[in-house]
Amino acid sequence: MKKKIERLEGSIDERIREIGGEGELFSPAPYDPTQAEMGGYSNYSYWRSTLKSFRRNYMAMFCLFLLALLLLFTMIQPLLPGQHGPTEINWLENGRTDSNHAPDGTFIFGTNSIGQDLWARVWSGTRTSLLIGLCVAACNAVIGILVGALWGYVRSLDRFLTEVYNVIHNIPRNIILILVSYLARPGVGTIIFAMCITGWLPMARFIRNQIVTIRDLEYNLASRCLGTPTGRIITRNLLPYLVSVITLRISLAIPQAIGSEVFLTYIGLGLPVTIPSLGNLINEGRAVMMAPASRYQLIFPAIILSVITISFYVIGNAFADSADPKNHV
Amino acid sequence: MFKYILKRLLQSLLTLFIIATVVFFLMRLMPEEGYFGEKYDKMEPAQIEAELRAMGLRDPLPVQLFRYYGQLLKGDLGKSITVQPKKAIVNIIEKRAPYSIRFGLISVGISLCVGIPMGTVMALFKKRLPDKLGNMYIIFIHAVPAAVYYLFIQLYASGLFNLPILYNNRDPSSMWLPIISMSLGGTATYAMWTRRYVVDQMNKDYVKFARAKGVSERRITFGHMLRNALVPMAQNLPASILLTISGSIYIESLYSVPGMGNLLLSAISKQDNPLVQALVLIYSSLGIFGLLLGDLLMVICDPRIKLEREKENR
Repeated sequence: MKKKIERLEGSIDERIREIGGEGELFSPAPYDPTQAEMGGYSNYSYWRSTLKSFRRNYMAMFCLFLLALLLLFTMIQPLLPGQHGPTEINWLENGRTDSNHAPDGTFIFGTNSIGQDLWARVWSGTRTSLLIGLCVAACNAVIGILVGALWGYVRSLDRFLTEVYNVIHNIPRNIILILVSYLARPGVGTIIFAMCITGWLPMARFIRNQIVTIRDLEYNLASRCLGTPTGRIITRNLLPYLVSVITLRISLAIPQAIGSEVFLTYIGLGLPVTIPSLGNLINEGRAVMMAPASRYQLIFPAIILSVITISFYVIGNAFADSADPKNHV
Repeated sequence: MFKYILKRLLQSLLTLFIIATVVFFLMRLMPEEGYFGEKYDKMEPAQIEAELRAMGLRDPLPVQLFRYYGQLLKGDLGKSITVQPKKAIVNIIEKRAPYSIRFGLISVGISLCVGIPMGTVMALFKKRLPDKLGNMYIIFIHAVPAAVYYLFIQLYASGLFNLPILYNNRDPSSMWLPIISMSLGGTATYAMWTRRYVVDQMNKDYVKFARAKGVSERRITFGHMLRNALVPMAQNLPASILLTISGSIYIESLYSVPGMGNLLLSAISKQDNPLVQALVLIYSSLGIFGLLLGDLLMVICDPRIKLEREKENR
């Protein structure tokens, strides 16, 4: 683009010289935002406005910072020196397991009832739970956007997809989760699959509703009449309205998936005990919570879990608000 | 109107039929030991085969399917195998459901009575202290998994208010904790929606007109805005009332309430295939009829909706 302009300028100068004008007839004006605005040109950029209004939300910025710190820490924790393994059982000198060891210097979060280091288990569990959450959110986003876009655009599919939606939507979510986990072998894959069966529904529904309403609005009609290519219509006219919905659904799917994992583990259909996850840890903590001395085994995982889910929820809502073009000035 | 109701009714029946069929095929995937209980380990393969044949599970699939439809039409859900051996599932449910309904209805009542005023107050004090506090509550309840905060309520509230930790039949005060825990989520949801709808209504022309006419603020809030704001919420009400029958799985097992949620859990842990099948069917049909009643209630509450629907379908 820039090259083109330069070439154009060069040719104009040449032409002027040919005509025989002396010196420069035109001098390029510097860019001045206030002047530009008077001429009706707006410097509006969708992503810049979104970021600007997101940055103004201090609560969300704080949560983002906290979450980034936590994510970073779960990644580097196994590499730090002096860490115990999450499934390794610690023994006392007299040959017994070092169980229910209250938090101190060696075991920052203490040990659980069979002598495993809770600190290592909490971080390893956080990794598992986040992995489940992110996978579920990604699957939901992909399936939801594809189905939602088809549902909204292809009018002949509308009836059929609405029926499919009604059938799946009518069954309580927990029942489907339970049924699938009951039928299949427990494991990370099963849990992700079970959550994805129903998870894409709200996403698809929201996308469909947005597309149906926006598709035939005047400004899109005008764009189409003026010959705007479809790609540009999608990225410039439709996408900004969808970004808000998509990010909201994704960021809400993560805490929901983590919560469902806790629920499934509680009813005995979750991950096997050998894979630490936040659900497993909370379940272990629940088993010993009636003794005040070992309550820390429930409290530590619960705090980490709450920090993660609340952060995702707050960030998602704040980002959805600031990504909505209706809220841009 | 009549035509619309008939159409929705037929649609619901069709959905129910599809779900019943899907559940039937899913149950064929279930582990076979679920038909025998504990004795499965001691049985010879030939013996297992013979018993499966006797139960009709080796018949061709279409035969089984139609037998299943026939039983469903007669209202026969089969017999439990491991949870309460040889007992008709209908009878088991008859005993369990009243507990779940009692807990569920009271907690739905509490959620409505607390949630709607809370949402209204939040909307009226938008962006001020009550709104911020309410929002914090809503974010907390929605973001933290119920499984976690239920545990802490059971752990600390029982000691704080000197309430029993487990439910028992003779002590009415043991109902408080489970009911309050159950109503927290509903309260947050109702408050959130009420706030959103009331805020939506606030800037409508009819509100400005009423204010210009000199109608008192109180009448505008309760007589005009709240009435309009409640219409969209009417849709979910029947489903939430009907689904109280299914009970809360988590609460019932935490406080050992002998209700339907607890029944599903024991059916799963003891691998009682017919019972799981029956419960899934019951839960999904409750969901379907709740949605149907919700749609009908919407039409009754707000006659404009029916016209819009018909336009949309054309």
